Amino acid sequence: MSFLNNVITGISLGSIYAIIALGYTMVYGIAKMLNFAHGDVIMVGAYMAFFAMGRFELPAIAGVLLAVVVCTALGIVIERLAYKPLRQAPSLAVLITAIGVSYFLQNGAQILWGAATKTFTPIVNGTLVLVPEQLSISYVAILSVVCCIVVMIGLTLFTTRTKMGKTMRACSEDKAAAQLMGINVDATISMTFAIGSALAAIAGVLMCSAYPVLSPTTGSMPGIRAFTAAVFGGIGSIPGALLGGILLGIIETFGKAYISTDLSDAVVFAVLIIVLLVKPAGLMGKYVPEKV
Amino acid sequence: MKKFLALLLALAMTLALAACGGNDSQNDNSAPADNTQSDAQTPGDDAQSSGEAVTIKIGGIGPITGDLAQYGTATQWGAQIAVDEINALNGPVKLEYNFQDDTGVSDTAVSAYNNLKDWGANVIYGCTTTTPCVTVASETYADRYFQLTPSASSTDVTDGKDNVFQMCFTDPGQGTAAANYLKDNGLGTKYAVIYNNGDQYSSGIADAFIAKAGELGLEIVATQTYPEDTTTDYTVQLNACKDAGADLVFLPIYYTPASLILNQAKQMDYAPTFFGADGMDGMLDMEGFDKSLAEGLLLMTPFNASGTDDRTVSFVEKYQADHGILPNQFAADGYDCMYAIYEACCQIEGVGSMSNEELCDALIAVFTGGSFSVDGLTGSGMSWLTNGEVSKDPVVVKVENGAYVTQ
Amino acid sequence: MKKKVNKNSLNGFINYGIVVAAYVVIRAMIGGGMVSNSLQSLLVPACCYVVMAVSLNLTVGILGELSLGHAGFMSLGAFSGIVASIMLQEAIPFIPLRLAASMAIGALAGALGGAIVGVPVLRLQGDYLAIVTLAFGQIIKNIIMVLYVGVDETGIHVAASSDRFVLADDGVAIIKGPMGAVGVTKLASFTAGFILILVTLLVVQNLVSSRAGRAIMALRDNRIAAESVGINVTKYKLMAFVISAALAGAAGALFGLNYSSTVASKFDFNTSILVLVFVVLGGLGSIRGSMIAAALLYVLPELLRSFDIAEYRMLIYAIILILVMLVTNNPTMKTFFGSLLKKSKKKKEGAGA
Repeated sequence: MSFLNNVITGISLGSIYAIIALGYTMVYGIAKMLNFAHGDVIMVGAYMAFFAMGRFELPAIAGVLLAVVVCTALGIVIERLAYKPLRQAPSLAVLITAIGVSYFLQNGAQILWGAATKTFTPIVNGTLVLVPEQLSISYVAILSVVCCIVVMIGLTLFTTRTKMGKTMRACSEDKAAAQLMGINVDATISMTFAIGSALAAIAGVLMCSAYPVLSPTTGSMPGIRAFTAAVFGGIGSIPGALLGGILLGIIETFGKAYISTDLSDAVVFAVLIIVLLVKPAGLMGKYVPEKV
Repeated sequence: MKKFLALLLALAMTLALAACGGNDSQNDNSAPADNTQSDAQTPGDDAQSSGEAVTIKIGGIGPITGDLAQYGTATQWGAQIAVDEINALNGPVKLEYNFQDDTGVSDTAVSAYNNLKDWGANVIYGCTTTTPCVTVASETYADRYFQLTPSASSTDVTDGKDNVFQMCFTDPGQGTAAANYLKDNGLGTKYAVIYNNGDQYSSGIADAFIAKAGELGLEIVATQTYPEDTTTDYTVQLNACKDAGADLVFLPIYYTPASLILNQAKQMDYAPTFFGADGMDGMLDMEGFDKSLAEGLLLMTPFNASGTDDRTVSFVEKYQADHGILPNQFAADGYDCMYAIYEACCQIEGVGSMSNEELCDALIAVFTGGSFSVDGLTGSGMSWLTNGEVSKDPVVVKVENGAYVTQ
Repeated sequence: MKKKVNKNSLNGFINYGIVVAAYVVIRAMIGGGMVSNSLQSLLVPACCYVVMAVSLNLTVGILGELSLGHAGFMSLGAFSGIVASIMLQEAIPFIPLRLAASMAIGALAGALGGAIVGVPVLRLQGDYLAIVTLAFGQIIKNIIMVLYVGVDETGIHVAASSDRFVLADDGVAIIKGPMGAVGVTKLASFTAGFILILVTLLVVQNLVSSRAGRAIMALRDNRIAAESVGINVTKYKLMAFVISAALAGAAGALFGLNYSSTVASKFDFNTSILVLVFVVLGGLGSIRGSMIAAALLYVLPELLRSFDIAEYRMLIYAIILILVMLVTNNPTMKTFFGSLLKKSKKKKEGAGA
């Protein structure tokens, strides 16, 4: 029974990593950039939902909508001001800018909203009892797993079926060739950021519903974990992010339960290194042979 | 590349120049406190001669940005209220107060400390957290500055340093007190501990608790850890406690992770008695916190923001008016630190003409003299041992109907 | 070809010159009482970060592999250096020599770590490599956090938990798990930092201008082409990685011995990123850039203290970071600022190196 309990805990935790990882992988896959500020956009989204639901007592759906709108706008503004001018710059320059944006968001949030931790009001409450007294699963966990799957399917359909999605994939394959084909690469990348930030808002609300504390640094640690999950699953691969996130959650939980709570971080990252040694491009990443 | 370097240099130079400007204006009213140490470190030279109040410069250190900012700002703001009150008293001693950010990190704390030395501090107040405080304490020990920390509670802070004093309980002291309290009151039959093994405060209390519990014959059935306060999932740790049949879980951790633990315990239908240390204080004041989760929670805290004595009421009112949130024990400890320094300075003859070394020795003599005691928000008749530990009574409170009830 | 080599060595000499000049000027200023306490306290850590930045530049700029776990090597060096300094207390009473020995042991520990990470490095590329270095940094941090090390008459004791950690009565606990190393005697000095920078420059610049260095840069520029002309990828990648890690270990030992206490959580992801910021801002592959960027940016947040803006300090730091990246990398802004600077620069430099 405790094994099943651990599986459920792992999946619940993993689904949160997965939903953040989906945003990461989306931006990485198209813009080829590690957006270290993603975790902080999540934090902003969670604050928005918190204010809507906690302070103004709006219904949960309004909170989610506000978060999505604000984060999308924020994503577009950040992209315009900080990333777009660096389109031609080396990728490391963009990486450092992203770190700057991350510091900016964290410190800005602290000045605007204070350093004190706030408690988030979950958008759904309660648990589903499977075996009384022994086995239960919270509705938030169910909701986040469902959201992950919906988002994954949605993104897959979007990138394979719609025109916009196809232009995105074209940009991801080869920017120069896409431009020659008449695709507006700049606009496509901006669009990617908008979508990525909207996903961040949803992730923020789900994360803070599952683990209801909120402070200006809430997003940074899960952001790193989700980045790990995205790489684990094969960065750039949408189903890979889901798989990587869930597996990371399960490994972390099992490591704590069966090896040692003292060394849980070491266990997670050791497994990650071993997996990457066996599959150098992550679980579902495409191995692209280099052309000479 | 060269262009860029030139630019960076230009930027740094502008900043450096501007920085000098800032320094000057700050130091205008003290001595011509350029960079030489001795100039600025005699408190209120000129003031003394003209028969006015002596000014003591207090340099505070704590994290006001980053992960730990909420604790640092509390000690900063709490002390500020006391400083304002003291200066309004028109007593023989006035305080000048400057608080520097250490982001909770040792090397930044040392820079902050040196910055305060340049400012001409006479007494060091801080640090808020243990790790940087240990480092700064050995600096103040070498430089002979008197140091009083509101909340750095490890014994490493005061160990072997006669100039460092604490306003809070020590970690081992709290762990031992917790075990004694449980034994004396017959609470629980099987015990579990969940603590942060990456944190000095948390593991310091937990180690002492486990050792004392062993002595007292309390049965500890589960010891669980997590690596940092940004951890979000504690279900595995709680499951281990539940499976081991623990009916009392000791949580020597800060209130943010503790609020998650309470929440997750409720979700899994696990309802032991939870017992916390002073880091737990503040949970009820978290915006949006569902107070019913904390119902029945026991914690040891020296400060109760819903206390009804005049001083607490006035402190809470001022704090809320300035910052919009309720003060917690960090703020109250900070407030008490200022009064302790003030009252000690008032007892010293010729405090105005002392160098920081002399002031340090004089303050140590007062603090450890045996007759010195301070009444504050976190205790009355507080006195200090020669090793720097505070001696005040631990108070255990229970959360009932969303408020503390003293046990 | 010959001219190029000359230019390289000239550049190298200028770097030594800058370091020596900076040292002499700062020493003179300290002698004249012109340096404030807060700046003085920044000197040793700034030296450490300069070495960190130059050594990371070897991995990121010269080998061309992104590393997000450089602080892990620093951590290895810091803790092994601290243990060594206490173990050697009686064997080497002369402090500068003990410090040098501790730094050498720190470098050794760093090198060992570098070799361990180096193995997966050989199989992975790009962001997958970056994540392995990040993972390594986290693992190091986690392991040191549960590690207890002490010494007594029977020798050195190592344990993974406090209850298994038993010392004889006269024993000294050196590393106490989450409490880190407490009660360290401060051995570090600005002069030691200065010498470490010189050694680092000597190692890195000689490596870069040697045959091995050219092989490493060839790997960065085009791995397949390099392989096809018979360059041993494994050997050179590992070489760059291990040297970089060893230097970071030495810097870590100096850093650890500059404070009375050190905890493992200091050397986390954020510290790795901080060093990476120095390297990128200084210019990939530019050793001088790394040195200057590390020194200036380490001091910058401390300079910002002087304004009455405590809570805005880190916000301003973030804005400066973003602006500098934009100004140096955006073509439009680059030309704009470039033309502004050109006039003043011409006056100063004349010929220009």
